[in-house]
Amino acid sequence: MITVEGVTRKYGHFTAVDDVSFTAREGRVTGFLGPNGAGKSTTMRVMVGLTRATAGAVTISGRHYVDLPNPGLEVGVLLDASAQHAGRTGREILTIAQQFMGLPPRRVEEMLDTVSLTPTEASRRVRNYSLGMRQRLGIATALIGDPEVLILDEPANGLDPAGIRWMRDLLRSYADRGGTVLLSSHLLHEIEVIADDIVMIGNGRIVSQGTKTELLHATGTVVRAADLHALQRALNKLGITGTLSQDGALRTDADPTLVGKVALEAGVALTELRTADAGLEDMFLELTATTQREGALA
Amino acid sequence: MSTIATEGFHTAVPVIHRVPLARITKVELRKMLDTRSGFWLLASIAITALLATGAVILWAPNAELTYSTFVSAIGFPMAVLLPLVAILSVTSEWSQRSGLTTFTLIPHRHRIITAKLISSVIVGVVSVLLAFAIGALGNLLNAALTSAPLVWDVSQTDFWYFLLGSVLGLLIGFMLGILIRASSGAIAAYFVYSFLLPTIFLVLANNQTWFKDLQPWVDVTYAQGFLFTFDGALTGEQWANIAVTGVIWLVLPLAVGLGFVTRAEVK
Repeated sequence: MITVEGVTRKYGHFTAVDDVSFTAREGRVTGFLGPNGAGKSTTMRVMVGLTRATAGAVTISGRHYVDLPNPGLEVGVLLDASAQHAGRTGREILTIAQQFMGLPPRRVEEMLDTVSLTPTEASRRVRNYSLGMRQRLGIATALIGDPEVLILDEPANGLDPAGIRWMRDLLRSYADRGGTVLLSSHLLHEIEVIADDIVMIGNGRIVSQGTKTELLHATGTVVRAADLHALQRALNKLGITGTLSQDGALRTDADPTLVGKVALEAGVALTELRTADAGLEDMFLELTATTQREGALA
Repeated sequence: MSTIATEGFHTAVPVIHRVPLARITKVELRKMLDTRSGFWLLASIAITALLATGAVILWAPNAELTYSTFVSAIGFPMAVLLPLVAILSVTSEWSQRSGLTTFTLIPHRHRIITAKLISSVIVGVVSVLLAFAIGALGNLLNAALTSAPLVWDVSQTDFWYFLLGSVLGLLIGFMLGILIRASSGAIAAYFVYSFLLPTIFLVLANNQTWFKDLQPWVDVTYAQGFLFTFDGALTGEQWANIAVTGVIWLVLPLAVGLGFVTRAEVK
């Protein structure tokens, strides 16, 4: 379990991370979502002690990262797949991690197999690697100590669709074994398909957090009817407000079951009734509209 | 694509031990050799030692063909290369950004720095031993090839002085690596330190009489040069010169650099 409590990081007058608190739980994949420059990477660096927090603290299963005697065996970390000595081979980079952690040498070949780097690829120098191969190597470095907690910054970057699918299955199985997985992404789709819990960050502040189900259903109901005004009056009597959209649908925060019952009692024939699962994309754009660079998109 | 084991983690391991410093040092030594640049840098110490030996046999005047000549000739390129080994050991963590992994696996920066210091000194000591061994072979070979008498004019004291001087030079490189944390900048600073400054001090000493007496107390290269003279024991004043310049040019900047290194953000 990762507990982030009131973490703030300031650079002079600029606040990169502003009072961020959340928990990534065991057995779940927690998605850390936010536009570029939102403070995801800074928060993750604070977690592993590479950056000092101006205020607040992070604990991993109740302990500070720097107090872990051999962190690689407890927390797998991938912060930047390109941050490797370009002149080392992939196998050598894994071997260094294996030796630091004091693991048996066979773990290196096992991990190369797990992340599907062939022996030939593993013998090449990292400067000749594609971003996808670097990501695989980085994931192998994070996994080699078989840690219970994974902290991965944009791990899907540069992976091909098959690679993304593979990583999703890998992280899923990790969480299903009881592991804690925290991964960041600025790609909504990635987080939507992979995460159980979502923490959304914009401009250094948490803008929304909860389970994926909660966040998805928070958007309410979309309904269309033969006589939409009659339905709206019936809903209003119950104190349910809704807004008419331009395409002739009514949007309301109420549950679809309730809206259906109201329509039945009012004798209004429905032509469409569904959960307004606009997906995280709308929510993401909406929640970060004020903070993201392409503000006009929303 | 195989998947990972399905059941549990190694929580069965009751106690996870702190990574011992000896293991960190071993890995840091490995990291000095596992890239092409690192390998050839260390290999070039041996290669230049052989070249220097050959050059002495071929071109040195017969009267000077003694053991100390061989060691001095080998020691000159080595004195340039050893600090580079120490510099790159430190700066590559930043310039190549591998520090992101290193300082995550070992989250106590002073432990990594200590391991790098120990491994650099090990490389220095081994290189010095190599210099004396190759020098001895050169001396023997020369005596066998020519009719020149075999002269072993290096005392135990000379050996320890040479070792100390080489390690001090290496530590200057180490300090610059810590202080600057970028390969190109640290190497440039090293050349300023070991070539530009001594030249300025030399010119100053030759032209300004007031500076001539001051030079041994200011010029670190000059003061440490006493260790490479193969001329018997140093005087107390010479030791004091080495100590004073060492504090000014090595210990103080190292302390400043260590303060930065332990606090700086690793990105």
